Parts: sequence; C-alpha cells; structure tokens
Amino acid sequence: MARIELNNIEKFFGSVQVLKNVSLTIEDGEFVVMLGQSGCGKTTMLRAIAGLETVSSGTITIDGREVQDLKAADRDIAFVFQSFSLYPHMTVEENIAFPLRAVRSSKADRVAEVKEVAKFLGIERLLPRRPSALSGGDMQRVAIGRALVRRPQALLMDEPIGALDAKLREQMRAEIKRLHIARNSTSVYVTHDQVEAMSLADRIVVMHDGVLQQVGAPNEVYLHPANLFVAQFVGSPVMNIADVAVEGSGTDALLRVGRSEGFRVPTATVSHLNGSPAKLGIRPEAVLLSREPGEGFETETTNVEPLGSHDIVDVRVGDETLRARCDSGFARGDGEKVWVTLDPARAHFFDAQTGQSLRRTA
Amino acid sequence: MADVMTRLEPDTRAVARGLSDMTIRNLFIIPTIAFLIIFNVFPLLYSLWQSFTDFRASTTAPANWIGLANYRDLLGDEFIWRNFTITAKYVLISVSGQVVVGFGLAMLLNRAIPMKGLITTLLLLPMMLSMAVVGLFWKLLYDPSFGIINYFLGLGKFEWLADPQVALFAVAIVDIWMWSPFVMLLSLAGLSAVPKHLYEAAEIDRASSLYTFFRITLPLVAPILMIAIIFRTMEAFKTFDHAYILSSQPTTELIAIRLYKMAFLEWQTGMSSAFAYIVLIMVVAITNIYVKYLNRAKAR
Repeated sequence: MARIELNNIEKFFGSVQVLKNVSLTIEDGEFVVMLGQSGCGKTTMLRAIAGLETVSSGTITIDGREVQDLKAADRDIAFVFQSFSLYPHMTVEENIAFPLRAVRSSKADRVAEVKEVAKFLGIERLLPRRPSALSGGDMQRVAIGRALVRRPQALLMDEPIGALDAKLREQMRAEIKRLHIARNSTSVYVTHDQVEAMSLADRIVVMHDGVLQQVGAPNEVYLHPANLFVAQFVGSPVMNIADVAVEGSGTDALLRVGRSEGFRVPTATVSHLNGSPAKLGIRPEAVLLSREPGEGFETETTNVEPLGSHDIVDVRVGDETLRARCDSGFARGDGEKVWVTLDPARAHFFDAQTGQSLRRTA
Repeated sequence: MADVMTRLEPDTRAVARGLSDMTIRNLFIIPTIAFLIIFNVFPLLYSLWQSFTDFRASTTAPANWIGLANYRDLLGDEFIWRNFTITAKYVLISVSGQVVVGFGLAMLLNRAIPMKGLITTLLLLPMMLSMAVVGLFWKLLYDPSFGIINYFLGLGKFEWLADPQVALFAVAIVDIWMWSPFVMLLSLAGLSAVPKHLYEAAEIDRASSLYTFFRITLPLVAPILMIAIIFRTMEAFKTFDHAYILSSQPTTELIAIRLYKMAFLEWQTGMSSAFAYIVLIMVVAITNIYVKYLNRAKAR
C-alpha cells in the first residue's frame, strides 16, 4: 500500500486549465473521496494519478517515487471505471485473470487468486458467464475484482457506482466500505454525490473549477465549510444562504435576514463580523420552527416536503425563504402560522465578496 | 385490397397517392421480376440442364442428354484438379496478403494523424480502377526490360510473369495491391468501434501493446474482419480479368480462366456448365464455413 503525493499539479486541455495548482497528500491506507460537480476536474485528477492523463506541470509521487512521467502500466495502481470497462469477449473469470495473465503469472497462482477475489466479492457463481449476461451491480463487482486481484499499491475509482440505480448504489456503497476496511488499501474515489462522499470517506476533497476548495473529514466539511461553494455543495437539503445585516450592540445583536424583523442572538456569536457585508448560511436543522409563541417572530409556511422520517418546511423570512427540517407532520400545508428562530451556534457567516467563511477566532 | 380499390373513386386515389398501388406494381415490381427471370433464373436453370448434355454452342447439332458424364469426366480429370489447386493457392496468398496489408493500414490510420481523410481516400484509389486496366499497367510495371519494379528492386531482367514459380505470386500481388484498401476500410470501421476505455483498462492492467492487440483488438474486430474475408474469398475464387491479361502460364491458370477457355475457345458448352456448377457449389460451401465462424464470433 502506498502514500500518494500531488504537488502543484496543473493541467491544460488546449487553452482551458482544468487543474489549478493542486497539492494533496493521500496517506497510506486512507480512503479519500474527491467531490465536485461535473467538469470540476476531479476525474482528470484521478486519471492523472493513474497515468491515463499527463499533467502539464507538477509532480506526483507514489511511495516517494516520482511517477508523473511513467506510463499507467508502470505505476502499479488499479482503476475502476464508471463504465465498468469489462472485456466483452471474455468470461468473468478471464476478465478477473486478465491483469495476471498480462504479466504472465503462473496458471496455478492465477486460478487461486481469481478464486479468492471472487469468493471475497461473492461472485463465484458468475465466473463462467460473459459480462453481457450480468446485472449492473455484478458488472461492477467484477470490475472491482479485476482491480483487486493484482494487489495494487492503490485503488482508484471513478464514479464506480454512478451508473447503478439508487437501491443498488446504497448496497454497493456498503460493499465498497467493507472492502476498504478488509483490505485497508489506499483508495481514491471520485463522485459528485455528497452522500456517497460523506458515507465512504476518511477525508473529503471538495473541488470546484480545478481548485481544491476544502480538504477534511466528512464531519469537518459538513460542520465547518470553508466557503460558500462547499457550504452549498455538501449537505442535503442544501444549506440556506441569505443576505444578512447585523445591527445593535450590547449583549444582544439583531440578525436581520431579508429585511425581516430579525433574530435576536448573543453578540458574542456575531462580534467577529465587524459589520462588514456578509452572507448567512444556516442548515435546515438549525432553523427552528415552533407552533407556540416564543423566541423569534411569527411567519407562515410556504411549502411542505414530506420525506417520511422528517419534513422539509419552507418559511418566509422577510423577502427570503428559509428551509427548516421538522418532525414529520409538523405542518400540513402552505400558509400555516409558525414561529421561527435560528440556532446561533450553528450559523455560518461568509464574506459577501470572496465567499470565504468568516469563522470566530476564539 | 381489390375491394378497397373498387370502393375508392379513381380520381381521389390519384390525388391522394399520385401513383396507385397497381401502377407501382406495374412500373417497378413486374420489370424487376421479369429481368431477374430472364437474366438470372432462366440461365441458371438452362445451364443446369446443359451441364447434363453434350451441347456445343458452336455447332447446330442437337444436345444429347448424357446424365452425369460431364461431372464424372471433370472430377476425374487431373488437369482440372491442378486448376483447383492453383486457385486455392492463389486465394490463400491473395486473401491473407490483403488481410495483413489492409489490417495493418487500418491500424496505422486508426489514430489522430494529419490529413487522415486525404490519405484514406488516396489509399482507396486502387479499388476504384477497372480490373482490366490494372492488369494492363501492372504488365508494364512487371516488364522484364523496362518495368519499374525490376528497376527499383535492382533485379535486372527478372521475368515476373514468365517464371512458372513466381507468376502466381505476381498475379496475387496485383490483387493484394488492388483489394487491400477494401479490407482496410472494413477493418477501420471495426477498429474505431472498439471502445477507447477498454484500451485504458488494458493499460492499467499492465498489458503490453502486443498482448493488448491479440487479446483485445483482434477478437473485437474479428467479426467485421471475417466479413471482409468472406467477400474477398468469393471474389478471389472468380478472379479472371487481370490474371488473364497478366500471364498465360499454365501455373497461373485459375479455374475462371480454365472455364473461359473451355466454354468459349473449346466450345464445350455442356461440359463448362457442369464445371461452373462445381465451382458454384465449392464457393457456397467455403462461404458457409466462414459464415458459421462469423455467427460464433458474433454470439460472444
């Protein structure tokens, strides 16, 4: 297993720069998920690590060895493609054995290795079949088997379960996690699905426009987003973002969102803003609704999304709409009177110009 | 359908369709069928009948039914068997040459190169020429005293077409030159249909380029290559024009040439009909073997 280091990676396609000065260290045995929208450069970065794409500048090292000029075959990494990329004219057994045959390992070794991997993935009964006779999930199991059979230094996965249906995705996600724990292989995983990223990763790398936005454990990325992009990309439903003005001094300050009456919060929670223009970010679970008069002010619901375990309720706050996470059945429809307040401890503030998080330095 | 026709007013039919079904039948279908019967079905059956007679088209003597005598004589004639052997050798050399050259060219063209369209078109030119013309100018190229081939290869006055050992190869080379582009065209279609990600997967799997070629590229292109081979084998079997023009050696007497001589120089019409039927049956049999293999390759 191996430690992968990326130093100042830049990549141009023609005049378009898709990777901008990317530096990242992936520790031995770590599961890193690269998360971002389509076209953010995450797949290009993965392919650059694999050697399927050259980099314009910068170095890539695997276990201290510089590999950016080596061919993919010489980097000793395995790659799982979104399209599975199984060899259609070979059986499952031949597919899994292919990396071993390609380097001419002995037949006895080959049979034993293929058998072990097939058993590990629970695909022994599929060995004599051809890929065209497999379901999507089984195809991906075979593709993972082919990647694992040669015990690579690192396992790279490019949206490996993106082509599967929702239920199967959930199941495969659990299998990939189990596999990582069992094998403890250094893994780099690319996805645009933040749920996948949260559930699998030791560390999440959020990318946007070829730039690393934030690198951190799932909880850290979720609880302390570094900027507006990360705040809005990670989490479902999406974090509420609204223009905010901070007024007043003394022990209580007034957070005026969207020209509403404003929320009264302890001054300590907003003192670091210094009155500069800012945006408020608040997750739906930190928007608190109540049917009884209490803190905050009265407003009405504008939309209810029942999701079974909980409901997402939209409420009007001045000329903004905030989404709140409530117990299921809290509101029955639009236009119901509710009291709204915010949990100031879970409020995020971002610089209105740069989008960077304004965190308390205390 | 007839009662639909009678229920519709004649003018509405004409307005609605321009041409009625009847008119279309009369205009297109009937001439086509008549043409097929006159030029294909009738000669096929007539020559089958002739193959059982001693008919000679050069005399007015009536044809006598002689049963299977023509077939017996032909299959027992060692000279005819020599023609078959020569043809088999010719087909083997010519088709395998075309596959190697054509597939090789396709491999070279199946990548991003400048002026790919122009190069492809130029490579296809031999295929578009008349066979007789090709035969005539290759005869000049092969000429022992002023031919450019001997000049470039420095072979002095080497007799390409008169040397009994070499003449068949010389004829096959012309066929290879002319028809490799055809194999190239089909192979190119097959090669570009192999998904790029399979090559990436093979690269990740540490397969050498040779291993990738034999284990990925070739098996995936095999079905379409097979179609090219079927076409070329059938055509090579009936090679006549350029072979006849290039060489009159007994070692280059392909079955089509023998057949031509038998039918139109020796006027053994009945016998040559029987000969033609034997060739037909052989070609159908060989093609069937290929088609079976093709279906097996496609099933994968």
